[in-house]
Amino acid sequence: MSAKDISRSDVEDFLYDEAALLDEWRLDEWLKLLTDDAIYQIPSTDAPDSDARNALFLIADDATRIKARVKRLNDTEAHAESPRSRTRRMIANVRITERDGDTLAVSANFSVYRYRRNSPLRHFVGRYEFRLRVTDKGLRIAERRVILDPTELGTLGAISFIL
Amino acid sequence: MTDSPFIIDQPEDMVFRLNRRTLADPEILTREQTEIFDKSWIYCGHESEVSKPGDFCTRDVCGRPVIFSRDSAGDVRVFLNACRHRAAMVCREPCGNTRRYNCFYHGWSYNQDGELVGVPGEDSYPPGFDKANFSLAEPPRVDSYRGFWFISFNPDIKDLKEYLAGATEYIDLVADQSPSGEMQVIQGTQEYDIRANWKLLVENSFDDYHLLTTHKTWLDYMKDSGVQVEPPKGQGLLLPSKGIGKGLGNGHAVIDNINFRGRPVARWISIYGEDAKEEIEDIRTELVERLGEKRAARVADTNRNLVVFPNLVINDGSSVTIRTFWPVAADHMKVTAWALGTKEESERARARRLDSFLTFYGPGGFATPDDVEALEAVQAGLATWREVEWSEMTRGLNKEGEQLNTDEEHLRAFWREWNALMTVDA
Repeated sequence: MSAKDISRSDVEDFLYDEAALLDEWRLDEWLKLLTDDAIYQIPSTDAPDSDARNALFLIADDATRIKARVKRLNDTEAHAESPRSRTRRMIANVRITERDGDTLAVSANFSVYRYRRNSPLRHFVGRYEFRLRVTDKGLRIAERRVILDPTELGTLGAISFIL
Repeated sequence: MTDSPFIIDQPEDMVFRLNRRTLADPEILTREQTEIFDKSWIYCGHESEVSKPGDFCTRDVCGRPVIFSRDSAGDVRVFLNACRHRAAMVCREPCGNTRRYNCFYHGWSYNQDGELVGVPGEDSYPPGFDKANFSLAEPPRVDSYRGFWFISFNPDIKDLKEYLAGATEYIDLVADQSPSGEMQVIQGTQEYDIRANWKLLVENSFDDYHLLTTHKTWLDYMKDSGVQVEPPKGQGLLLPSKGIGKGLGNGHAVIDNINFRGRPVARWISIYGEDAKEEIEDIRTELVERLGEKRAARVADTNRNLVVFPNLVINDGSSVTIRTFWPVAADHMKVTAWALGTKEESERARARRLDSFLTFYGPGGFATPDDVEALEAVQAGLATWREVEWSEMTRGLNKEGEQLNTDEEHLRAFWREWNALMTVDA
């Protein structure tokens, strides 16, 4: 299998499954969707096209840091997510923008609602830029870049869950 | 205002209490706008954000929209961002470079020096109308210390350096990290709100007492990464290394700690990776050559969280953070944070600094979200301020001499100045 064998609906199925794992807080299972060299990044809202090596991001995790993030979120002493948020992810406008060997570039819009007791609804809107790798176990996430549309986080506050 | 005082400060009786109303009552915020913010020097921006003539950044300072800029002569200038005709903002871009500030409403335009240079239909104004009288207004006081620019709406305020008092030593320790003395604000701004009173973030920014419980998962992360996080036995410390907390005059205060959590300039920890050791040694060598062994150790082996009264925080730790915050309500603040690096650092050193920043700080860091949660939990609890009037703030009061970073002397220093300003006309 190579990237050219993967259809948009294959990608959509994969992204919907990923969203379900995250909304259900099945983070250890979510980790299994990532490659060993995966990265997870959220640029600052005023520099959405920048590079984490020379710009301050909100999140710029390598694979080790992603695992540490999940370990933290699985701990009840990660106070910002204890009790946990309820999230609901809507994913749309999925496009395969590039195919190169075993790798696909995928762009998708998202609308993520976050509810938590004592807290107003926080609505995160933006787009995902994925690099998906075709492996013998199926698609895997090599890069997961979250680009927020708001010009500042403002009342969205902290990004304490996996967006 | 009720007769109940804001603080009860009787150190000889080991008493220091804070009235919780100061953190919850909207009346207090109204008074703070005129008695605290309009009377103090307030941080506006860093010189590196406007490096060339015509460069500008727009931001709100003291509730006023301002243009932080560099004029045609290359001098830093701050303009009030309001057209002299009908007050519309003349610049609506966050940052950039311009030859003119144009008000699109009726077309008045201003040059880089704030001078009114264009008025459509100027001949309809009566005789005596002179464009020279309508330059963009400027705050009454504008001054800088080592690249940090402040403004004040109090024309009679003491000079900035005198105002900064003992805080200058700690700003020097930041600027001295750069071989040229020039630091740079790095691209990428973290802007987020906390639904809490602004003074809670003052306290939280240099309160090391909360580290063990609020940031347990961060300490676990450090430990997992090979950093020693256990406190030494028998020394009365809660944290792995000793730190002190102290006031610096005029409400400024600091915690000044022996470093255990790593410093890009220049103390290696395992999180940076083996391949970073050599470069961090080189950075250290440059520091020693330039500053001498003792001063280099002071810069590299201690980390410091500084509060410049009332609302500037410089955290010089696992990275250098500039953080300022502004109240939009008694229970709501807007926070802005930037990363500061040395002008000369290599691409690898810059990347390491930014990575180090994110291990702890920011809305997606391993620690800041839990601080936000803590402050919001405090604010929710503060709704009981009428029933439970006082907060105890006496940690360390029983000690002779220096107090620890996990004591509260530095918090008391802030509150004493705040109280003095808020009660001056009472």
